[in-house]
This record gives sequence, structure tokens and C-alpha cells, in this order.
Amino acid sequence: MAVTKKTAAKPVATAADVKTLKKIEQLATESLKAVSKGDTPSIAIRQRTLSNVSFNTKKKIIELGDKTQSREFFNINMARKFMQTFLVANGCKTLIQEGKTISIRQMFYMTKHTLKGTNENTFEDQSESDPIIEDLEVGIDALREELHLFANRRGLVVGRLIVNDAGDEIDLAKMGRGGWGIPSICEDDSLKFVRNTAEFILLVEKQAIFHRLNEDRFWEKHKCIMMTSEGQAARGARRLLQRMSKELKIPIYVLVDNDPWGLYIYSVLKQGSINLAYESMRMAVPDIRFLGMSAFDYKKFGLTSAATIKLSKEDITRAEQMRAYPWFKDKKWQREIQGLLDNQFKMEVDALLTKSISFITEEYIPKKLADRDYLQ
Amino acid sequence: MGTAKTTAKKRTQSLPPKASDSEPAEERAKPERRATAETMATRQREISVSEFFTKNRHLLGFDNPAKALLTTVKEAVDNSLDACEEAGILPDIAVEIREVSEGRFRVAIEDNGPGIVKAQIPKIFAKLLYGSKFHRLKQSRGQQGIGISAAGLYGQLTTGKPVVIVSKTGKGKPGWKIELRIDTKRNQPDIVTEKSVQWDKDHGTRVEIELVAAYRGGRTGVEAYLEQTVVANPHLALTFTPPKGEMLSFPRVSHELPREAIEIKPHPHGVELGMLMHMLSDSPQKSVKQVLCDDFSRVSPAIADEICKLAGVSPRRDATAVVGDDLDRLHKALGTVKVMAPSASCVVPIGESLLIEGLKRRFKAEFYISSTRPPSVYRGNPFVVEVGLAYGGDLPSEESADVMRFANRVPLQYQPKACAISESIYDTNWKAYGLQQPKGALPVGPMAIVVHLASVWVPFTSEAKEAVAHYDDLMREMRLAVQECGRKLGAHLRARAKAESEQKRLNIFQRYIPEVAIAMGSILSRPPEGIREAFVAALPGFVKLSETSAAADGALEAESAPEPAKKAAKKRGKTPEPPPKKTPEKTPKKPQAGAKAKQLEIAYPKD
Repeated sequence: MAVTKKTAAKPVATAADVKTLKKIEQLATESLKAVSKGDTPSIAIRQRTLSNVSFNTKKKIIELGDKTQSREFFNINMARKFMQTFLVANGCKTLIQEGKTISIRQMFYMTKHTLKGTNENTFEDQSESDPIIEDLEVGIDALREELHLFANRRGLVVGRLIVNDAGDEIDLAKMGRGGWGIPSICEDDSLKFVRNTAEFILLVEKQAIFHRLNEDRFWEKHKCIMMTSEGQAARGARRLLQRMSKELKIPIYVLVDNDPWGLYIYSVLKQGSINLAYESMRMAVPDIRFLGMSAFDYKKFGLTSAATIKLSKEDITRAEQMRAYPWFKDKKWQREIQGLLDNQFKMEVDALLTKSISFITEEYIPKKLADRDYLQ
Repeated sequence: MGTAKTTAKKRTQSLPPKASDSEPAEERAKPERRATAETMATRQREISVSEFFTKNRHLLGFDNPAKALLTTVKEAVDNSLDACEEAGILPDIAVEIREVSEGRFRVAIEDNGPGIVKAQIPKIFAKLLYGSKFHRLKQSRGQQGIGISAAGLYGQLTTGKPVVIVSKTGKGKPGWKIELRIDTKRNQPDIVTEKSVQWDKDHGTRVEIELVAAYRGGRTGVEAYLEQTVVANPHLALTFTPPKGEMLSFPRVSHELPREAIEIKPHPHGVELGMLMHMLSDSPQKSVKQVLCDDFSRVSPAIADEICKLAGVSPRRDATAVVGDDLDRLHKALGTVKVMAPSASCVVPIGESLLIEGLKRRFKAEFYISSTRPPSVYRGNPFVVEVGLAYGGDLPSEESADVMRFANRVPLQYQPKACAISESIYDTNWKAYGLQQPKGALPVGPMAIVVHLASVWVPFTSEAKEAVAHYDDLMREMRLAVQECGRKLGAHLRARAKAESEQKRLNIFQRYIPEVAIAMGSILSRPPEGIREAFVAALPGFVKLSETSAAADGALEAESAPEPAKKAAKKRGKTPEPPPKKTPEKTPKKPQAGAKAKQLEIAYPKD
């Protein structure tokens, strides 16, 4: 990161960079060899589909299978993606050579242009280039950061932890009202934990709840680190969470909405996602605890119908789907999902405000923690 | 039964008070005698055909001014074509229509035929039911010998002008210009003037008729008739000068005259009772067996014996002695005996390749196909059905298919709904061949269909010769021919769709190759040109261009013109108008990368 300003001098590539460059070159060499023989050039990409992921019951993470998809140029359904993959590969090669790192959004702009004599763009929007980057990661078995790319950062953290980020020491207890933004790359070469005095970590899905808790200085009172994923957790937040789990060795609790999407956010943090199954090893936190909201909290906390929203058809379908995932086969999860379906309503964490504004800080979370009322 | 009959009789008899049993039935209701047989006899006389015509002109196609004009042109052109073909002359016909005054037209049809002997001219043009074609079983356009004289008569009735004939029978012989009137009472020609004239033609005939008429365009117009005639007669060179607008010229596309139709004897399966009676009574001194063998086609002595056996008539019986029940049984036996189909030599189809040439004269299409069925028989009459089809190109794609019906090369323009030919097209499931077709209607698409029925005797639904009657055997052959063309069209359309998709695939690969080459070149630090060439070189392995053009073999098959037509194409240089575009093969739209791509473009220029 430090080299970004030195554009004139040729940066010295790290060993990892040399390795990644070789992988990219090999990809091109093999394709060229194939086409010179009259064969269709192809890239073998492991399939990132439900059918090619399996739940490793020992490690308790979702793992990518060996089924590969051959991305061939001389196939009209794949030709465009083949071209796009090479555009991204070339973009990454340039980044590595110049020792620069850009966001995946910038990569989209870098590789987007109109094809000569047509109205067709190499990429129409970022939703087209993001999966190609993931394909390349799987295709050449290189991590995103090894490709000198990072995702847009998302997620905040605050609490009783001091970190060193790229040389700057940051006391997460002194982040004011805003919290510290989690970098998109949280590898140990740039981010180090300096001192931890927290006893647990609390991750909340919603930024609004995070701010509620921060304003109430929840982390101070309960000696913890607080984090928000701001929706589905980004790679940086997930990597950070795993590292904290492993290195700080303190329990992690998650508080999400009581709906299928909340459950899925927890599920991804716990054992990984289908799409990024190849990264599960580096991101999943199998012993992460599901604090809430549970379908059973409605009665437990005497909530009223003001806190409920009727389940939509989509919600029901999604819940049914999740109930069939191998990593939700456990009895307690089946019971939890069934509870949601039986309730026929969902609840947002914000609904706890219907009790009182600081109900969540003063009663809900402390009681759940005290009762050890969580799923794992 | 008997009682019922008698009571019915009684009742009718009881009404007229003084009716007599011996009186004719129609007179019964009348109380008094009005005329005697003798007085009536004074009024009974021959009705002149011409008089009959004046009252019943609609029967011969002169129902209204527009149709009268068409019929006049049609009869003259049909006669010219028949005469030229019989004489072995490649026909050159010129048709002129001039508007003399409001609603009054002068029609002139001139040919290069054999000409007409001076003595015959009056009878041919001014006597109804005089001709050479009625009495023989031979394929020709005209059948009755009534048409042209009827046209002249119509002209005379509506304008009072005589028919003008110019004819010359050979080099060095004088040309004659004769003005004729028809004596409608006697059905006899009246020569108004006759004089010898100089004519620069070696031989030929020119007919001029002035008539009250209306000139119209459209499906039933003169122009449509001529255009269609040109399709069915590739050996005809035609010019047409309409009352307004420029002269149209249709140069010859085939220098081959249709094979001469051979006259045949009646076939046992097709003979009518009355005709059989005549044949027998006209043969004194002959046995039944001899008559059967001599006067019928395909009847061998063995078959004659079999017929006689079936009929229970002795083969040695005197032919004139077969009457009454014997005659009936003989007629029945003729219809049931197993006998070879009549010789097809008497039927002359246009032929598959010439039919396509004919279509090319009129339409600039992308695909042509034709099918000539093997000869078949209905009621003892040999016939051949052939179908030609043009698809795509300049044909209108949103309209119903253009159907052209022909009987012995003559276009049928009226009563399409009543015609067996149209029905064979409605009955065909065009959806199976990739076309749209509303239920029970014509297919919709850029298509023209020609159906030609060639036969020694075309069964028309009426004397106006407007629609073909629905005989099962005819219908079957027409359906088969239409289906055969339809199948080939379907194969072509599928091949084209495939080729189009191949073209699309090619475009996709060609679009992405430069991008991939640049990216790969940059990754490998090599110039992108070499990489691009490697990709382009691999292309033919993945885009099956050569195979798709082979898959369109239906098209190629149809495109391959036969030798005579090719010769014709060469000679066409002299003709006044440039020959219609051959195949669109020579006009590829845009250059394409790679020879293979070009090949593809050539086969399907419409892309």
C-alpha cells in the first residue's frame, strides 16, 4: 500500500505477486496453445453453485467441490465471459506489475469499453464484472488481495480493542459516535491486534442498532467489542471476525432480524456462503453464536403485535429452502426455522424499541447473555 | 305404392275441369288450346349459336366490360400459343390495348405463328364452334373452338366494328387483311373487305377487335393474365402495350418448345355411354372386339375379351348390334376392367426446371422449388400436376401467398374459392413447413405458388373455364405436389435459420477475438496480431459454414438451371429489356472476413 505514490520507479514485486503473475500468464499460455492447435481455448473454473458445495460436518464450514466448469471461447454462451475473464486477468496483471491496488468497482471502469463497431460494452455494469473477478480468483486459485483488488469496504467496529492498521495504532474505544470503518483487506501483514480487554464480541446486522448500542456505551458497560456488518457481511468484516475469533479467543454473538435473511447472514458468518465457498477456510467462524432475534423471543420478552410483520410468500419460500440446507439440518435450527414459520410473522431488531428506546441495551441483550439464550 | 300414385294422380286430375289424359302435362292446367302442333311448328327453328351467345354472353366470359377485355385477350393469346406450338415456332406475341374513346378499346394481338390459309380465316374468326381442337383428345389451351369468334362477336355487338385479321402463311406469300362480321342469324362469316397487304413478317397473324370494355388492374386484370402466362410459358416472348403507361416486355427464357402433345384414343375408364354408342354404331363391319382394340387406348385383344366376358357380350358380335342392356353392361365393363393407365405422352407438363425459370421471370425470390408429379389418370384422362414455388426476396412477407392456377398453361383468374387447385393449397398444413397459416386459408408469407394441371381434358366447373372440378384423383396429385414443394421449402427455411444462427455465432466470435487477443497479448507481452490470427484460424472448426450451405441443398438443387435455360439466358442479350435478374447469387451484400463467411453470405443474401 505504501508504494501507491511511487509510480515512476518499477516496484519490486513480492514473492506472492510473482506467483500470481505466473498463474495469469499460464492461463493465457494454455489458451493460446489450445487455439493454435485448433481447439477451443478454455478456463477451468470451479462451479460456485449449490450443487458444488458441501458442508464439512467436521470443520463445520461450507466447502467448494471439485466440479469445474470449462469456460470455452468457442461457445456462444461463454465467449463473452471468456473475453471478460481475460480483460480482468490483464487488468490484474497490470495492477500487480505496477504495484497498485484498486477496488472492484474501479476494475469495472478499467475494463469497460465499447466493442468496436457495435453498441456492446465489454461490461455493462459492475454486477457483470464482480462475478468475473470471483471466477478469476477460483480459476487461477488466487485470493482477491493477491490480484490487487479489494471490495468496497463495509462494516464498523468499536470497543475494547487496540489495533495497528498499516502502521497507525487505533484505539477502538475512542472512535466517538461513528466507529471505525473495517478495511476491505484485513490480513495480518497490515492489520494487527495490539491489545484486547474485551470479553466477547457482539455483531449486529443493522447499523442503526449499532449506533443505538454505541450511544448507550454498551461495549463499555459489558466489556466487549461491537461490530456491525451493515447487512450481509463483506469480506473484510468476515475476515476480521475470523481473525478476532482465532486470535483473541473470545466468544462472538450475532444479533440479526428474525427473518430468513437474518438467519442467512448469521449462516454465512458461521460457515461461509455458496458463492464464496472457496474462501470459507479464511472467513467462516463456526463457533459463532446466534443471540437473536429468535422466533421464541416474542413470548419470552412479552412483545406485542406492534413488533411483528407478516411473513411474505418470498420469506416462506426462502425459509423452506434454508431448512433444506445441510448446514441447517441440526435439530435446534430446524426448530428455530419452524418457529418462524409457525409464528407466520417476522420481527426486526428495531421492533424492540416498541418496548422502550433502550430496552435492547438494558434488558434484551443482557438477559439473553445472562440466560445463555443463544444457538450455536 | 300403387295406391299412393293413383290418389296423387286423381287429385291433380280433379283440379282442371276438362283435362284430357292424352294432353301434354304442361298443358293440363290450361283450360283452352292456344296453339296447335302445326302452328307451333311454324315457330320452331334452329337457334343460331351466335344468337344464343348474344343472350348468354356470361357463359363464355363476357359478363362485364372488364372481363370481356380479359377474355378477348386471353382467347387470342391462347390461340396464338397453340398455333405456334403446333407449327413448331417459338412464339413471339405482342398485345396492344388502346383506349379509342371512353369505355371503348381496340385490342390487337399479333403473333409469329404459321398464319392462316386465307379461305379459313372467315370461318375461324367469324363462325362460332368452328375449330380443330374439339374433336380430338389432345392437350391444348383451347378446347371448344368458340372463344375468339365469340370475342369478335362481342366486339361487333358492342361497337358495330368488324374484326380485322391480318395473316400471312410464309415468305413470298401475300399477306391478307380481312375485315369480318358475323351474321348472327346464320352463324356465318360476312366478309366486309379483303385485300392483299405487304407485311414485313414472314408469317403470323394479327387480330384486331374493338369492344366496349374496362381496363382494370389486379388479380383479374389483363396484366395479371399476361404475367401469369409468361410464368407458365417460358418459351414465350411477349410484349404488352397497355392503354396507359409503358410497354412491358417479357423476353424468352427457354428456347425449347414444349414437346408436342400426342393425340390419343379414349381410354376405357373415361368413356361416356353416349360416346361409346357412337363409336360402336360408327363401325359397321367391325366386331365388338375390333372396335375395342382399334378405337381405345391400352386395350389389347386379351383385355377386349375380358371386357366382353365381363359384359356378357360375344366379342365376335357385330359392333352396331350392341344396344340396350348389352350396351349398358359393356359400358360398365369398360369402367371396371383392369387396364394400363393411358400413355402420358399426350400430356406435356412445363417441367420442373422451366417452371422455375418461369417463376424467375416474374419474381425476384430467394428460393425456388418445383415438383412435377408422374402422370396419373382421372376418369380415363391422363393428367400431370406440377407445382412451382418461389419464396422470399422481393415477395411481400405480410401478405397471403400469391397463388397462380394454370390449366394447360392457361392462367385461371376467376373463382379461386371454387377451384380444386386452391383447395389443395388450403388443405396443406403450411405451419409444418415453417409458414403462418390462418385456419383454412392461404399461407401467409413471401411466397408465390404455381399449380399447373396439364391434361387432354381439363375438367372445368363451367364453360367459362374458371375453376377446376374436384376429382379425387386430381386432388390427391395436387396435394402431393404441393406437399413436396412445401417440404423442400421447410427444409430450406430450417437450413436458413441454422445458417443465420451460424452467422450470428460467427459475428459473436469475430467481435470478441480482437479483445481477447489484446488482453492475451498484453499478459504474454506479445503482439496481439499473431494471437488474433491464431483465433481466426481456429474459427472454421467451430462455425460450420460450409456444412450449412450444403444443408440448403434444396435451394441449390432448385437453383441449378438446366442446359437449355442457360443457353436462353445467354441469347437474351438482344431483347429490349434486360433479362430479369438470375439468381441473387452474384450479389453478396457485404464483404466478410474469411472465405467461409463469404460462402455463407452467398447462399443467403437476405441474411
